[in-house]
Amino acid sequence: MDLRYTPEEKKFRDELAAWLAAEVPAHGKPPSVHDWPARRAYDTSWQRKLFDAGYAGINWPKEYGGRDATLVEQLIYFEEIAKANAPYVGVNFVGLLHGGPTVMAEGTEAQKQAHIPRIIRGDEVWCQGFSEPVAGSDLAGLQTRAVRDGDHYVVSGHKIWTSFAHVADYCELLVRTDPEAPKHRGITWLIMPMDLPGIDIRPLPTLEGEGEFSEVFLENVRIPVENRVGEENDGWRVTNVTLRFERGTAFASDMIQLQAYVRNMVRAAKKITSHGASAWEDKALRREIGHLYGELESLWAMVKLSVCEAKATGVPGVGASAVKLYYTDVYQRATELSIRLLGRAGLSRSDVGDLSSHLFWNRHFNAISVSIAAGTSQIQKNIIGERILGLPKEPKAAGA
Amino acid sequence: MDFQPTEDQKALCEGIRSFVEGQVPNERFPELEKSQGFDRALWSELAEMGVFALRLPEDEGGVGLGYSDAVLVFEELGRRLVPGPLVWSHLAAGLVDGAATGETVVGGLDLTSPDPQPLLVEHLESLDVLLVLRRDGVYRVDPRGLAAKPVEVPLDPLTPVHEVDSLPEGERIGDAAAAARLRLEGAALVSGLQLGLAEGALELANAYAKERQQFGRPIGGFQAVKHLLAEMFIKQEAARAGAYNAGATLDAPEVADVERAVASAKVTAGEAAIRNARTGIQVHGGMGFTWEVMAHYFLKRAWVLENAFGTQDEHAERIAEILEASLG
Repeated sequence: MDLRYTPEEKKFRDELAAWLAAEVPAHGKPPSVHDWPARRAYDTSWQRKLFDAGYAGINWPKEYGGRDATLVEQLIYFEEIAKANAPYVGVNFVGLLHGGPTVMAEGTEAQKQAHIPRIIRGDEVWCQGFSEPVAGSDLAGLQTRAVRDGDHYVVSGHKIWTSFAHVADYCELLVRTDPEAPKHRGITWLIMPMDLPGIDIRPLPTLEGEGEFSEVFLENVRIPVENRVGEENDGWRVTNVTLRFERGTAFASDMIQLQAYVRNMVRAAKKITSHGASAWEDKALRREIGHLYGELESLWAMVKLSVCEAKATGVPGVGASAVKLYYTDVYQRATELSIRLLGRAGLSRSDVGDLSSHLFWNRHFNAISVSIAAGTSQIQKNIIGERILGLPKEPKAAGA
Repeated sequence: MDFQPTEDQKALCEGIRSFVEGQVPNERFPELEKSQGFDRALWSELAEMGVFALRLPEDEGGVGLGYSDAVLVFEELGRRLVPGPLVWSHLAAGLVDGAATGETVVGGLDLTSPDPQPLLVEHLESLDVLLVLRRDGVYRVDPRGLAAKPVEVPLDPLTPVHEVDSLPEGERIGDAAAAARLRLEGAALVSGLQLGLAEGALELANAYAKERQQFGRPIGGFQAVKHLLAEMFIKQEAARAGAYNAGATLDAPEVADVERAVASAKVTAGEAAIRNARTGIQVHGGMGFTWEVMAHYFLKRAWVLENAFGTQDEHAERIAEILEASLG
């Protein structure tokens, strides 16, 4: 077990940190969360800057425009991006961390050439069409139907929780191609261009009052067969490749940023006074914050352990499945503590009295979403119980 | 960076694990309780396995390994609930003659943080030397003839405790920095033991959940129980990361703040040991509340270790201080 970085790794870190120190301030402040065209422009132009500097597609092969960095360099990358408070993936999330990796793993050469370099350059934005009103945790129960008609699939159905749908160029879409087969064996993974006729996008406001979700209604949308990734009816396996990516390092930068969040909380605690004493003078509060900060250090060590195990074995270690759950737990407790700290100032989501109410509430709402997105914590606990601890499986519904 | 146990480290763990599984099986616990958790023959064998001499340089008769190796060894000792003043004797190797070979059994008392009253010493009757850490230095006290009486019912049946009426100053064998250093190292090693407890409690509960049938199926098939076990797994993995991080940071202090790493480990592993012991009892249902099932030993040892080399609260306060200082 060696935590020391090699000279090459140090050089990589120093160069990246220097580049970020110059470029992050130059990129300016993010636009209003309601201004979607501006958000797309902000996120994709940042992606382009990363690409031009050689920092885009950090883990992807060079032949598709990536950097082909080692796993340790990727960890360094997440640490420095977070430390510099650089724009994170934003609207590029699905392309860079979800759909793109799937195309890379399972797509044809033509599909890779068509999409990967464009995603890496920030030219192409993706959204995700997985969940449906009837298929959440039981994703394999999805009903959006695709019927083959010559060299097209004709698709009709209703997708929900579709992030970035209204600014996306493509959608990673799961459809049912064989309604007679057991539910896991009749699903196909398609790349859907978002400008096809028959696609109706309706925003779905989140409890934040804004956010990135839409519902997507599909009515006889004709998708070319060549847009299929993997074999027909093999989409469930292809999907699980994607989910593995999503549950892997997708939250790595957020975890480091959470350390900065806790530091902000300390700053706030020093400002909040009651009866002449600052909240920070309360020993119980200091203990609680210290405990959380200690847990955040252990959480990041968990990521390092799992990444280094993946380096050795080629697959994320058993600890990887615990990472997201532990992250969720610490994240929710940390942000809830900051809301407690706000007291009545928390009645406002806009900043009042020099306190970052908007930041604290935004992060707390985000924390609440993390135990739901990408597989609820309850589903993840089933997975740990069954696949790691070897406990009996949940009963399967008929036809499964 | 390669933050993974090496092949050598895996072999080291395997050796210690099979040794303690053979020497300290469940069936031995009643006998160990009668001997108050101490067996000199077992102690000599642990010494021969290198448990105490592990970090001593080879030219001083040691094994010449590092802190991360030591954390891995203590993980295995904790998993099997091996009793005795293991951490103190390990810390005393090189400082007290005979500690490394197991001939001198060394215990200790950490008085660096808020002066604890009453003064309770563990394993007093088995000790040849008592180390006392005070803010101003490390002291060596002769445990024999100490004005002390055994407490009637110690919490952990394998950790006897004496209440010391008055503690002589003893012979000063190290300065304030040495005392602080031993406390830091002690906390890191204890986090290894706590990780082991968290794992041992989960192994026990998981085996029971697969075997125990209710409503015609193993209880581990019910989500209510399955999720308890999954939560234990998460705590265990967090404790592993924390404890390994403490060991590896002590080995490479140039990479990060050692004090913060150790305090984080003690906080994470301490919580995991206590929570997993509690949940383990819950998974066992009524049987978990009996002396017969091993689950209670994990809870009792977890609380002994919580109070060794600083509690979660003390370490959390220290982390908060470091955090505050980092704001500038």
